[in-house]
Amino acid sequence: MRRMSWFNTVSLTLGFAFLYVPMLILVIYSFNESKLVTVWAGFSTKWYGELLQNEAFLNAAWVTLKVAVMSSTIATVLGTMAAYVLVRGGRFMGRTLFSGMIYAPLVMPEVITGLSLLLLFIGIGLDRGVMTIVLAHTTFSMCYVSVVVSSRLVTFDKSLEEAALDLGCSPSEAFRLVTLPIIAPAVISGWLLAFTLSLDDLVIASFTSGPAATTLPIKIYSAVRLGVSPEINALSTLMIAIVTLGVITASLVNKRQMVRQKRDAQAAERG
Amino acid sequence: MIQFQNVTKRFGEFTAIDDLTIGIYEKEFFALLGPSGCGKTTMMRMLAGFESPTEGAIYLAGQDMAPVPPNKRATNMMFQSYALFPHLSIWENIAFGLKREAMPKHDIRDRVDEMLRLTRLEKFASRKPHQISGGQRQRVALARSLAKHPKLLLLDEPLGALDKKLRQDTQFELMDIQEKTGTTFVIVTHDQEEAMTVASRVAVMDHGKIIQVSTPDRIYETPNSVYVADFIGEVNIIDGVATPNGPESYALTWQDGQAPLNVTSPHTFSDGQKAHLAIRPEKVTINAEKPTGVDNLVQGKILDIAYLGNISTYHVELPSGAVIKAQSANTRRISRRAFTWEDTVWLSWTATAGVLLAE
Repeated sequence: MRRMSWFNTVSLTLGFAFLYVPMLILVIYSFNESKLVTVWAGFSTKWYGELLQNEAFLNAAWVTLKVAVMSSTIATVLGTMAAYVLVRGGRFMGRTLFSGMIYAPLVMPEVITGLSLLLLFIGIGLDRGVMTIVLAHTTFSMCYVSVVVSSRLVTFDKSLEEAALDLGCSPSEAFRLVTLPIIAPAVISGWLLAFTLSLDDLVIASFTSGPAATTLPIKIYSAVRLGVSPEINALSTLMIAIVTLGVITASLVNKRQMVRQKRDAQAAERG
Repeated sequence: MIQFQNVTKRFGEFTAIDDLTIGIYEKEFFALLGPSGCGKTTMMRMLAGFESPTEGAIYLAGQDMAPVPPNKRATNMMFQSYALFPHLSIWENIAFGLKREAMPKHDIRDRVDEMLRLTRLEKFASRKPHQISGGQRQRVALARSLAKHPKLLLLDEPLGALDKKLRQDTQFELMDIQEKTGTTFVIVTHDQEEAMTVASRVAVMDHGKIIQVSTPDRIYETPNSVYVADFIGEVNIIDGVATPNGPESYALTWQDGQAPLNVTSPHTFSDGQKAHLAIRPEKVTINAEKPTGVDNLVQGKILDIAYLGNISTYHVELPSGAVIKAQSANTRRISRRAFTWEDTVWLSWTATAGVLLAE
């Protein structure tokens, strides 16, 4: 290993400190014995225990999980379909417009997305609850899925599908038996991405949730306004853990696929 | 068996196939030969059903193929990239097409095993495509496309990715399998040697048109145009003006200061018509001494020698500056050769050696 210059060391340390010190403090204080958040009184996991007794938090957690699973599943199906059409559909009218439009929500301010969805739900008279949050989350996470899946489809050899057709598959069988198994890693990592996005969304959820259903981020946000409790720290630590796990899994799945592709390509070249 | 009837295919402004009519017979090994972009792959993709003709019709065993989707056609294709399914084993790849037609399980097993034997892949049945070599992958692709007993097998540049030695072996293997299975093969290639080796008939294509369809030897010996003569193998093209001087015999006036060349041709040329004489280098004899009793004789200086081991090609420059290539087998050791660079030599050929082609 080459030794880094002091400048590089300092900037690296500063950068990472900037990113992770706040979270680190949160994690540390979640193990604080004291009820006062700012006073360290020794190590304890009692707040985690207390968290599990808190009905309101558990309810919110359950809603969040339900919303995340449902919305990321719907988003994956829709996003994969959209990606497939955009990559494979050929040059139909307005294709460039469509592919631009599917990525637009990526840069759209969340407040606007949330507000417009709120207006829509009020307009069609849909009662706000789990259903509306799922719809809202599907809307914004779908484009992330389609970005991930379409980048995989671009490198997909079209003659594999043609070979499947040639051997007697109907187009839908060809997709199910050949295309889908090969792009599966991208689809899975798209799902995980959508899942994590849904899990920690506050803005859009606060526009589209109703009194009947509150997600965890909203619950935490409103609880903190009444004062930070060690319980919140414990809960946040758990969420950090889940999100980190999700992101790491998604990137591992994708990386393994890349490595395998590369190895295949090399093996093919060697003959 | 296959009939192309006035088929035209356009991609936007570009005409890939231009009013093409051709028949392919049953059980023949038919090669489509041409430079890249000549429309040969488009023809094959139309046979497989991935493209449909803009005009005209394609008949397979008397049936119009236009409304039949690729998965309902009795044709199978071997792809240039092989297109093996990377997530399936070799065995599953070969069984893939059979499973689509509700075949009983043990029949599928028998058929796959038979194909594995035919292509000598028994040992690799459980491997994945990325775990075998290029030549083996090519055989898997062949086995997979033959497994369904297609009436017609399409091969798209099947040997492009193999090295020369392996390629020659595979060419003979292909011919062998074609004879054994009795399937009609249509092969697309830009390699004239490959087309000549494997095919019973060759179609030479250029710019979406078929220039000549014939057996390999006739394509080589009696090309019908300068394009075909030039595309297949090496050739000397001599431009001149034909004058009839007997039945099926012409004198070709070609360059100032050279005697007219004596040529025979079954085709009729009018007096003073422009013509090209195509003559293969191996039909030109090279001598250090002036030979006697020959139909055509020119003198020149050796400009270049391409030594290929078994044969040598001599580039001989005539006094007028024109260069004629002559080939001779190296039947004697190279040190015993009678001529070398800069030597003056005599080139001769018979009146029947070349082909006289119209403009």
